[in-house]
Amino acid sequence: MCLNFVSLFPSNSDIFMPSITIMAKLNLKINGEVKEVDVDPSTPVLWVLRDHLNLVGTKYGCGIAQCGACTVHLDGTATRSCMLTVSMVGNSEITTIEGLSENGDHPVQKAWLDVDVPQCGYCQAGQIMTAAALLDKNPNPSDEEIEMAMNGNICRCGTYLRIKKAVKIASENS
Amino acid sequence: MDQIDKHIGRRAFIRNTGLAGGGLIIGFSWLNSCKPKNISTEQALEMPKEWFEINAYIKIGDNGVATIFCPNPEFGQGVMTAMPMIVAEELDISWKDVLVKQAPFNTELYERQFTGGSQGIRRSWEGLRMAGATAKQMLKQAAAEAWQVPVSGITVSDGVLSHEATGKTAGFGEMAAAASNMEVPENVETKAVKDFKIVSHSKKNVEGKQIVTGEPMFGLDYQYEGTLIAMVEHPPAFGLKLKSFDDSEVRNMPGIVDVFQINTYDDNFVRNFFDTNAFPDLVAIVGKTTWEVMNAKKKLKAEWEPITEKKLTFDRFGSISEVTVPSGLESTKKHDELMEKMASQPGEIARKDGDPESAFKNAAKVLERSYSCPFLAHNCMEPMNFFAHVTEEGIKLAGPSQAPSIIESTLASRLDVPAEKIEIEMTRMGGGFGRRAYGHYAIEAALISKQAKAPIKLVYSREDDMTFGIYRPSYQATYRAALDENNNLIAFHVKSGGVPESPLFANRFPAGAVDNYLAEQWVINSNITIGAFRAPRSNFTAGVEQAFLDEVAEAAGKDPIDFRLELLKRVKENPVGEENDYDPDRIAGVLKLVKEKSNWAQTPPGVHRGVSAYFCHNSYAAHVVDVVMDGDQPRVEKVTCAIDCGIVINPDAASLMAEGAIVDGIGNAMYGNMSFTDGKPDHSNFDTYKMIRQNEAPKEIEVHFVQNEIDPTGLGEPPFPPVFGALANALYKATGRRFTKQPFSTDKPPLVG
Repeated sequence: MCLNFVSLFPSNSDIFMPSITIMAKLNLKINGEVKEVDVDPSTPVLWVLRDHLNLVGTKYGCGIAQCGACTVHLDGTATRSCMLTVSMVGNSEITTIEGLSENGDHPVQKAWLDVDVPQCGYCQAGQIMTAAALLDKNPNPSDEEIEMAMNGNICRCGTYLRIKKAVKIASENS
Repeated sequence: MDQIDKHIGRRAFIRNTGLAGGGLIIGFSWLNSCKPKNISTEQALEMPKEWFEINAYIKIGDNGVATIFCPNPEFGQGVMTAMPMIVAEELDISWKDVLVKQAPFNTELYERQFTGGSQGIRRSWEGLRMAGATAKQMLKQAAAEAWQVPVSGITVSDGVLSHEATGKTAGFGEMAAAASNMEVPENVETKAVKDFKIVSHSKKNVEGKQIVTGEPMFGLDYQYEGTLIAMVEHPPAFGLKLKSFDDSEVRNMPGIVDVFQINTYDDNFVRNFFDTNAFPDLVAIVGKTTWEVMNAKKKLKAEWEPITEKKLTFDRFGSISEVTVPSGLESTKKHDELMEKMASQPGEIARKDGDPESAFKNAAKVLERSYSCPFLAHNCMEPMNFFAHVTEEGIKLAGPSQAPSIIESTLASRLDVPAEKIEIEMTRMGGGFGRRAYGHYAIEAALISKQAKAPIKLVYSREDDMTFGIYRPSYQATYRAALDENNNLIAFHVKSGGVPESPLFANRFPAGAVDNYLAEQWVINSNITIGAFRAPRSNFTAGVEQAFLDEVAEAAGKDPIDFRLELLKRVKENPVGEENDYDPDRIAGVLKLVKEKSNWAQTPPGVHRGVSAYFCHNSYAAHVVDVVMDGDQPRVEKVTCAIDCGIVINPDAASLMAEGAIVDGIGNAMYGNMSFTDGKPDHSNFDTYKMIRQNEAPKEIEVHFVQNEIDPTGLGEPPFPPVFGALANALYKATGRRFTKQPFSTDKPPLVG
């Protein structure tokens, strides 16, 4: 891939503006458990996780699906939770970094520790969730496929090379 | 930053009776109450029944496990691992028996709890070693008394005390209780570098597991019972201030508790060094949840009015200065015109050697090139935030800060409370890069908590974060060089300035290497606030100086590395002037190392290479950037890096820091850009503020360290500035064009299309 002299930003198909403003009780399937929340249905899943369910591993970075810090799995697909309203979730299963593995031993998490990827660490939960979803669908991605999949996740500290290395190790070990 | 450092005193090793006793010294109480899963390094170690405090850095448990406190706040530079490694080395304990915790913020116990200036390791090196060595001595003393043998006969290895003559041995845990009552020794020996078993041996990030499992660690994750969420509305443009606001639509919105105005500090308030703030008048919105407050903020109606010119007083560590803040709505276009004008006029002379005017006049060849860069936003991934709970009894703060001591001092003054009543908990920071030295957001949080009479967490949206100011300044520089008929560099002239700060380092290379040298500077005042951004001033100067030297080398018909080495030889043998603030041997050292490791003499086919070397923040770094053309698009294939920062504490983490600095450098050189129209920042989020992404990072980075036994110096900043120059030089080789305006991706004429 190239240094993009023309600005390139990842497009995201789940961008839409919330419009409903009434409170509602909703049952969400999160990390294998059903959680009842009483929120405005236009609330993004990110803030339901962080403010209502104490699951703060999923991070707020931009609020407009541009940085990937808030990535969760929606039925196994990497999804930006900052623009996914809770009303859109329905019966889908949400997995967060806290639910990725029982003991922090998912192959991606293990590879992240092997390579010692993080600097500040803030974006890493999002990076790991994106990487885990990629490997689930494509267990042996090429360098280019890794770059494409990981391109929506910004790491301000610049740990990209270690991220790529860790994804490859996880691919070999899973 | 020299002023905020004091010489490392003995007080850090003196037992802190106020915190004595068992249990944890600092309570991340929320970890216990809301931790979703119990996975941490803590669980990997068997916990003792009782802890004994040896000094402010070390507690030893009755089972021999040690807790080592990291005094400095962590923002990704790795001090949480590196600093305890130094303590553990001198304590002579096995690293697997060490549990690391963030120390409390406590100016009585610790010196310089500040993250910035790449000074953490350099300034703490001696103190951290002494903390470990004195503790070891106290353990030895305890064993000597228990065994009734001379202390000189006791040896220590991996947390075990031994006395060879009597065959007695004991673990640290057995002697910890007695050691904690020993006199603190006055003089102790530290280890020889060759005997290091932990320092210079790579250790994994001690918080790695918490990070990859999503445990609450950051300021934004901080939880405290009954906490409300607060956000603030600031003026949309620099040069504006709050006139009035209408909260009628906001007050009745779901979850909203209160809306009010705060004044962070008025114009007469004597500001601390890091109290930079363009927007002291704010509207605060307090509510139950982040999303509800975010929605309410959008409905707030505020009116703004132009500021008038004002003078602010700053107390920069005892030195009082007055700063004029001009009125007006500034634009990048206007800045660029002003900078061009200033560049064409004589500046303030900062250094002059020889007779540069005559030398330029009589030169066989004169080269001139101008460079510029835009403002940059720090864009830490974790937006600014802080927790505050202000009560009659005292103030409790928690959050991400590089400079908690400044927050304490400013808040004590602003709220007229004694510093002893202010408690600050340092959370892990989601990036800093200089931005979090400026603690206005912590002061705002305290003022909001006081008014709301509740614990609150102030949260900046990404837009708030990106448009609040405290940017890397916009700079300009014009370089001239004169060569004689034999292609010797006979004169060098740099004139540089910026909005509103000059990036000039008059006494850095190539000062000292040229008989006739002139350095000038100028400044354009502005109401757009600036702040330290990873290697302030160097982050521009290194790149452009190294790009210009490349051009001079080419004009002289010399290899760019050989050309620099010749100049450095001159500095070593016969320096010009006495103020040169770098060691020519160490710059030459990193150049030679990068030359060897990059196999400079044999550039692979299709690869275009650029080199640079620079000294800043007490360390030396050189890079070779390899660019290849992918069709008509250049791509950074590989970067080879050589660093001299003395003893490397944690080599793999040090490499990671350099890798990050290189990626950050390429990103900001290529894309980083904050521009303004009528005072308003043109970018407020990552949709239009381009950050480097995975596919734009180099394919490969190799980091090499000069091996020596010099006391360690910092690493967070030094590898960053020279990236800009090496990239520009490689792009020149690849495209035939000198890139002089950052960001390079938009340098006109466009490279593509």
